[in-house]
Amino acid sequence: MKFAKLILEAAAIAASLLTAPAAMADDPGPAAYSAALSGKRVLLVPLAMGFDLAQGWSAILKREVEAFGGTFETRDPNWSTEAGAQALTEAISSDPHPDVLVVMSPDLNSYSKILKKAQEAGIYVILIDNPANFPADAYVGSDWNKLGQLEAEAVIKGCGEGSSKKIALIQGDEVNATSLYQYAGIAKVLESHPDFTVVAKPDSNWDATNARNAATTVLQQNADICGIIDFWDGDATGTSAAIRDAGLAGKVFLVTTGGGEKTADCATLEDGTYGAVVMTDLARESGDMVAMIKYLLQSGQKPGTASPYIYTLLKATTKADLKPDTCWDLKALQAAAGN
Amino acid sequence: MQFSFGWKTLNQERIVLAIAIGLFVVASVALPGFLTAGNLVAILRSVSVLGILSLGMAVVIIGRGIDLSIVAVMAMSVAWYLQMLGNGVADLTAFALALSGVLAIGLVNGFLVAYAEVPAIFVTLASGSFVFGYVRSQLIAQDAVPVPHGHWVEALGQMRLASVPPEVFLFAGLAFAAFLFLRFTRWGRFVYYAGDNPVAARNIGIPVRPMLMLRYMISALAAFVSGLLTAASLQSINSRVVNSTLLYDIVLVAVIGGIGLSGGKGGVRNVLYGAALIGILLNTMTIIDIPLLYQNLIKSTILLAAIIFDGVINPRDEQTAQQGDI
Repeated sequence: MKFAKLILEAAAIAASLLTAPAAMADDPGPAAYSAALSGKRVLLVPLAMGFDLAQGWSAILKREVEAFGGTFETRDPNWSTEAGAQALTEAISSDPHPDVLVVMSPDLNSYSKILKKAQEAGIYVILIDNPANFPADAYVGSDWNKLGQLEAEAVIKGCGEGSSKKIALIQGDEVNATSLYQYAGIAKVLESHPDFTVVAKPDSNWDATNARNAATTVLQQNADICGIIDFWDGDATGTSAAIRDAGLAGKVFLVTTGGGEKTADCATLEDGTYGAVVMTDLARESGDMVAMIKYLLQSGQKPGTASPYIYTLLKATTKADLKPDTCWDLKALQAAAGN
Repeated sequence: MQFSFGWKTLNQERIVLAIAIGLFVVASVALPGFLTAGNLVAILRSVSVLGILSLGMAVVIIGRGIDLSIVAVMAMSVAWYLQMLGNGVADLTAFALALSGVLAIGLVNGFLVAYAEVPAIFVTLASGSFVFGYVRSQLIAQDAVPVPHGHWVEALGQMRLASVPPEVFLFAGLAFAAFLFLRFTRWGRFVYYAGDNPVAARNIGIPVRPMLMLRYMISALAAFVSGLLTAASLQSINSRVVNSTLLYDIVLVAVIGGIGLSGGKGGVRNVLYGAALIGILLNTMTIIDIPLLYQNLIKSTILLAAIIFDGVINPRDEQTAQQGDI
């Protein structure tokens, strides 16, 4: 009898041991997560697919969205506002329409009405990198005013006390928020440094040849310039060519901003082409986008309910700050994402 | 009017030259640092690539055509060439492939215009889009393609002769070559006949159609040279330039200098005047620090003023009007 009881007790313990883990694993999370996210469609519409940041975002978003069982697509307006507007309009009216639009706006206003329609159709809209006059479900990207301030501080430091304190700005254009806010940020810092003067502030229209011609003329007129801020690393190649051609390499401290890609930003900091680059932390920024996508799809809130700003931490990087992992490698990232 | 100098002698070409000279004089006096060797070289350089493209465009326009694919060919041929180098293709093979691609596009443009008799404006608009779309989507990985380190294109960009960059010499050389071709060779003169009256030119036995194909190949070649020079100076080429206003600037330089879009009129001189005006204008506006929007406004106002003034003092009539104006 004692023996039989022992066996029964052992069996009971064994049974409880077997069933206990099943009870502990009853986490409601995965099921809810999967129900909310799987099969959801995310569409990325940047200004163009052909530049480093867009390819970086795309690689990371693709990996993440496919991991939660969603579908990820991109549209390439190739720098055309009209093509972008058309891609968005088609996406909204398609059936089934995307559940989340991740949009990089070409200027403050062009897409406002279309994106409002998207929200009315039940699509969450996440604005990235370029701000717009539109209450998106989230803005993920840089605080461009802050970015301009960091650039101005970097150029003031790069010029130094004993310099001519003359600087030039190679701006982007006069409609894009990144250009307007960046300028406002620079102006704000320069206000508290009245000894620094801006001798010229031409626009490049984001084109390297224009930037080169403008910078050449500016350097001709003011050979004693100590620093230049170029509003994007995509056209700063032209400004740096002008500095090199004028024989002023090493004498003019060139500050710009970019996506932090290895060949575009770190290699050029390393060889002294740029004095400082205010970089976007791509992994962090893309991670914020992913978090917002996951949050919104599970929130149950109506699109347009809230419009938070998720600013990416910015840092002016100089040659002295370079570490092996400062930049990201587009080729490696694309290879890892399998595209 | 007892002046021997009549208003009628003022055509668009001379108006543009007068504006350019006037602007130059005013800028020299008013802007310190304008009349320096360095700044003059900078002006020349800023219009050299534009000028070479405009030469190619001028040859086509004089023959009563237009080449809207020129910017796409310029950017995409060189982007493809540099991409092949980056992928490890041997330089000679890559260059030969890119060059044959360029000539093939010129040939196809010319063939469709000459033999299929599709209007040039549609043929080249379509071929330009095709070249851009095909190369961008199939052959290159990114908008910007860098020049490999130690390559001759990089060396070309750093070359200086008496501190003047190579594109200035190439522009001068090609302008002279185009001048000799248009003025002194038989095929050059034929370009004018074909442009002025293609049917009559054909009736008197000029090989109008093969020559038409040749002109589009010339403009494609001018595009390739311009692309190489752009890549040399920036150490990379960016396909974004296809979406820029460069194409309009090329037509602007040719047309503002007085090359009529109806064909048969103008020459290298007109391109030089147009390029001079644009170069001086952009340079002074940058020195004065005029914002981009106003720069475009001023540029277009001057073009419009020159065209209107020409229209008023040289009114069109039955004799000067032609069929086939664009």
